[in-house]
Amino acid sequence: MDWLSTLTAGGLVQQFIVGLSRSTILFIVSSGLSLVLGVLRIPNVAHGSLYMLGAFLCFSIASLFDNSSMGFWIGLALAPFCVAFVSLVAERTLFSRLYDREHLMLLLFTFALMLLCRDAVKIIWGSEYRSLAPPVALQGSFSVFGMLLPKYNLFLLGLGPFVAVGLWFLTQKTKIGKIARAAAVDRDMVGAVGINVSWVFAFVFVIGCFLAGLGGALVAPTQNINQGMDHTLIMEAFLIVIIGGLGNVWGALLGALIFGLTDSMGILVWPQFSIVFPYAVVVIVLIFRPTGLLKSTW
Amino acid sequence: MGLSRASSKLVSLSFLFIGLLALSVAPLFLPRFFIYLTALVLLTGLLATSLNLALGFGGMYQFNHSVFYGLGAYGLSLMLIKTSLPPLLGYIVGPVISAIMALIMGIICVRLSKLYFGMLQLSLGSLVWVVIYRWYSFTGGDDGLHGVPIPQLFSSVTGSYYFTLVVTFFCMVILYFIVHSPFGRILQAIRDNPERSASVGIRVRLQQLIALVIAGFFAGVAGGLFVTVEGSAFPDLLSWTLSLELIIMCLLGGWFTFFGPMLGAAIIVCLRALVGGYTEFWTLALAIILMLLIYFLPEGALGFFERIWHGKASASGEVK
Repeated sequence: MDWLSTLTAGGLVQQFIVGLSRSTILFIVSSGLSLVLGVLRIPNVAHGSLYMLGAFLCFSIASLFDNSSMGFWIGLALAPFCVAFVSLVAERTLFSRLYDREHLMLLLFTFALMLLCRDAVKIIWGSEYRSLAPPVALQGSFSVFGMLLPKYNLFLLGLGPFVAVGLWFLTQKTKIGKIARAAAVDRDMVGAVGINVSWVFAFVFVIGCFLAGLGGALVAPTQNINQGMDHTLIMEAFLIVIIGGLGNVWGALLGALIFGLTDSMGILVWPQFSIVFPYAVVVIVLIFRPTGLLKSTW
Repeated sequence: MGLSRASSKLVSLSFLFIGLLALSVAPLFLPRFFIYLTALVLLTGLLATSLNLALGFGGMYQFNHSVFYGLGAYGLSLMLIKTSLPPLLGYIVGPVISAIMALIMGIICVRLSKLYFGMLQLSLGSLVWVVIYRWYSFTGGDDGLHGVPIPQLFSSVTGSYYFTLVVTFFCMVILYFIVHSPFGRILQAIRDNPERSASVGIRVRLQQLIALVIAGFFAGVAGGLFVTVEGSAFPDLLSWTLSLELIIMCLLGGWFTFFGPMLGAAIIVCLRALVGGYTEFWTLALAIILMLLIYFLPEGALGFFERIWHGKASASGEVK
């Protein structure tokens, strides 16, 4: 138990903050995935690619403004909308014809999109690593009781609840959210009462992809922006959605917290195998509750 | 009718014989690279066929089949590197490890169906992947294991080719008989209607579990063959992108046919070598193929030809 002796309260809190901010990113991305999976029943493998696209777009827009702070904010605001636009085009031209196919076909189709996006990114941005500095106001860290808390991580922490509440409001309180939830349960019936289900689906898909783009833009200043980003993230996002319960926004939040915190706390216990902990937790959860912790929409 | 079926069986048997003959004399004519490529096609075809036992005939969404492939490869490599046991034993040990893992994952997964089955399979598989990816001291981590000491007999290009050919042939024969045995029929009945199968007294989950274990075992065999041909094992063998590529091979060849996945594997492996040789945008080509496939050929290449064939046959039958 030599790891216990090196453990300090400060390190613990610091690692906790890092884990929470990682959870925020994971939550934003996986709630979008969960929405698409829950309502449209598309296991969207290309979701991770849209996240990667968001990060690259944020980088490019920021570099248009000489990497100034203003540039980052503009990038953060615009990149998700660009991603949403791309997804709208993809949904209207490609997906809307495939809704009545089985899950496996849809999964393979999104896999094709993922491969397409990967090479598109390679063609447009090349294969070298990119990095983006956070805006001046969020650089450095606060020092609280001798602990260093990075400002950007705190900013992410503050943003998470807004996204969660916004999504809750959208799905529970607005008319289109209610229609979308109804369509998730029985799309034929919703169509029978005279609602254009196809456009409702398009709306939900675009919102989901917007969240992927937002997650990508937010993560850009915290890590290298590279080609492999989509690959690792999509796996994590899928696992989070599954342990949370398909289509359940709060489930995505719970799953993201479990995943992000076990990862960051695991580093303190056993650095070499820290990445194994979240996967192990997911498997344990699924052995006991194979359909997720919270209620799924279908 | 009986006569025509017998004659069509004769035709396909003679095709098979000619194909085997061509494959067994191929190393005399082909350059080294093509021998290597053919070996790769054969073992990938075996892998795709083993997946198809679970996916096409069993109707189970086996989303992480490459895990068993990778485990077979690592099982063999680790045994050859770390122990002094007879090397041939490794070709049994690898697949057995895969089969045991398939059993463990199967017991957890068969409770669920369709997409949930696939998701659970995926998460269990990624746990195995992440352990192998990180366990530097034992599995070599993300570098993998290189320079595996393959037995002298199979270490040359032609040697590994003939070994692959023989093993693949015997495994394909066994798989063929499994698919056409009563067990194979039961499996297809479960795929088509699980409730009804259960109500006539079939133990659905047990049969599915057996299918998963068999599929895992043969994937492990393919993994061992890969190590023989390539001389190394690496974590990418277990990645879920490879699993999805395998599903594409089954889809491309047609997953309701026995030889479809082999055909699909041949197309994908050759195209990768061909396109990858000219540009670095091989995945783009794969993506476009896949999209066209889903839009225009959902029953696969072999299924498509079979439909045309049978369509003609039944049309001529009506004329009579």
